[in-house]
Amino acid sequence: MIKNLFYLIILNLFLNSFSYALIEVDITRGNLDPLPIAVSPLHVDIKSQEIKDIKVKQLGENISKIIEKNFKSTGLFNPLKKEAFVQKPDIAHLKPRFEDWRLIKAQALVTGKLLIKDEKLKVEFRLWDLTAAKEMTALAFTTTPSNWRRVAHIISDKIYERLTGEEGYFDTRIIYVAESGPKNQRIKKLAIMDQDGANTKYLTLGNELVLTPRFNPTNQMVTYMSYFRNMPRVYLLDIETGTQEVVGNFPGMTFAPRFSPDGKKIIMSFAKDGNSDIYTMDLESRLVERITDHSSIDTSPSFSPDGKFIAFNSDRSGLQQLYVMRSDGSNVKRITFGKGIYGTPVWSPRGDLIAFTKMHKGRFFIGVMRTDGSGERLLTENYYQEAPSWSPNGRVLVFYRETKAGEKGEGFSAKLWSIDITGYNERKLTTKTDASDPSWSSLLSK
Amino acid sequence: MIKSLFYSITFHSVMILLTVLSLPFMLREPIELPPIVSVELIQISDKTNIPYAPKARKIIEETKKKEERVVSEQAPPAAKAKEKPDRIPLPNEKKEEKKIEKKKQNPEEVKPEIRQSSEFEKKEIIDTNQIAALIDKAKEIEAVEQKEKNKITQSNKKNSFASGLTLSEEDALRAQIFGCWSVPLGLPYDEDLLVRIKLQLKKDGTIMKSEILDHERMNRPGQKFYKVLAESALRAVRLCQPLKVPPTGYEKWKDLQLNFNPVEMLKG
Repeated sequence: MIKNLFYLIILNLFLNSFSYALIEVDITRGNLDPLPIAVSPLHVDIKSQEIKDIKVKQLGENISKIIEKNFKSTGLFNPLKKEAFVQKPDIAHLKPRFEDWRLIKAQALVTGKLLIKDEKLKVEFRLWDLTAAKEMTALAFTTTPSNWRRVAHIISDKIYERLTGEEGYFDTRIIYVAESGPKNQRIKKLAIMDQDGANTKYLTLGNELVLTPRFNPTNQMVTYMSYFRNMPRVYLLDIETGTQEVVGNFPGMTFAPRFSPDGKKIIMSFAKDGNSDIYTMDLESRLVERITDHSSIDTSPSFSPDGKFIAFNSDRSGLQQLYVMRSDGSNVKRITFGKGIYGTPVWSPRGDLIAFTKMHKGRFFIGVMRTDGSGERLLTENYYQEAPSWSPNGRVLVFYRETKAGEKGEGFSAKLWSIDITGYNERKLTTKTDASDPSWSSLLSK
Repeated sequence: MIKSLFYSITFHSVMILLTVLSLPFMLREPIELPPIVSVELIQISDKTNIPYAPKARKIIEETKKKEERVVSEQAPPAAKAKEKPDRIPLPNEKKEEKKIEKKKQNPEEVKPEIRQSSEFEKKEIIDTNQIAALIDKAKEIEAVEQKEKNKITQSNKKNSFASGLTLSEEDALRAQIFGCWSVPLGLPYDEDLLVRIKLQLKKDGTIMKSEILDHERMNRPGQKFYKVLAESALRAVRLCQPLKVPPTGYEKWKDLQLNFNPVEMLKG
């Protein structure tokens, strides 16, 4: 007995000394290539009704094209060409042959089908992980057929969220100032479009100068400034109903009203007794509260998403720099110390970054930095560009860029551009006219 | 009594013997760690340059040959016709150089190199010394990259001797997975997003079983980013099949753990 035990102990000890430790390999790098994704056209059910002004048979194809365009614009996905697809949409939607799709190097696949019945559009879609050969997400929803573009954006959002972990930003709109006419006689109208440039609508006639439209982060209200008999006025506009009201007449120069994160206040700067300071106005009670009281020029305030802090720019140190303070105006801290002039700070909806415009040596930069001013990254440089506005997920910035004009104003143009926070994915947005001062809405389907 | 005393003495002596034998194995890691640093640096720069070196040598040799040819051909008076072959091959060589650089994995470091070669092109002059210098520089960059990688592994106290793979084997595996892993770029850089995947491999490097070690975290609320990263890591492993494993020592590497950590890339 003791003998056996003795052998066992010895054997065990020997085995232990000859067994191997688990090999661990650290993978700290990967490729930056966009994820190859196949978007199969949505299968149109043959029982679908015909609807006036909508090509029902092509609807599946058209929706998939919008999804592809959305994905392409992110720089994170690479939608594969449809010519390479082997499987037809009707079968693919039920059970994709994964090996066929893997053959064209796709890693993810979107399939779907739609049916129009009783004047209602019923859409169903699935996202497949092709390497794991399994379904990642599947959703169905019903809407009115005229909403088909939004259907495409909603599907894009859901897939984007599932593949990146962050909320999408496709079912959104951008409000901007549409400009036309010669440089010294610009007609400026308020305009709104889908984030992909479709469905442009003009909200004002262009009789009066409009400036700095800004979306309410909680709904589809907009605040903007307009000059009436050369007096600046702050307006509120409900995009859903079209109703418009004057929030107030403010003295002197008024600048850039912006909503608080809860949408109940607006924050702006205006000049009282010749000195520009920051004020908030409660939209219900219409009470105006002074936030800063300094002999310097304080402008461009922007709330943090939790509403506890305000970023603004001020020339209190000589040159215009960025500052952060508590929302009651206390604890003012300067956050930029770099060379050049900093302006238009905008707090990211994610709360981690502040976007800004910087002017240095006659060039304009759009950049981002952490909220304490560290980690400044200049994303893009140009002759003239400003007014960054965040996408609702805090990943992309939209801003406008002007070209240099000749002596008589020839060659002048203003266009909207977008760039993501990596700085690698810069794109020009298509607008029907020249455009400036964009503001990105929150998700419509939220 | 004597019998039990005998057992006791034998048992104790065996235990002492075993302890003496096995202790150095246990102590090996801390003792051998410092000299490994220097060994690794030399090995890696050699190993990782192997795919490039023959090509580079070819380029140099080809250019030299061409130069020689030109020199010998320039001697006869009919110079016009011979200028052409001299000029035509040049862009090809430059293209080859570009290709070599593209193969490197860090795009940030590739860019300046590409720019250099394009400036080089503008000059329309080929100098073998410059090519050699360029290739040398590429080697240097490779070496620096490797150094950085090694730092990471060393800080985590994992080295090839302890892991059972040689440096080049580990390097080959890592390089293969680098190529397959599309890092989801929207992830936040300031969160702890380490994904550990345990693999059971077949002898040919295909995967029998893959398991995310902290898979419960994937379905916890607020862990969307972790889930996305874990899924991307799994995709990478599956895409890379069969993994580039050594031809021998299956017992050593049949269980393998891959630690995916994108923080450095996201901070980029």
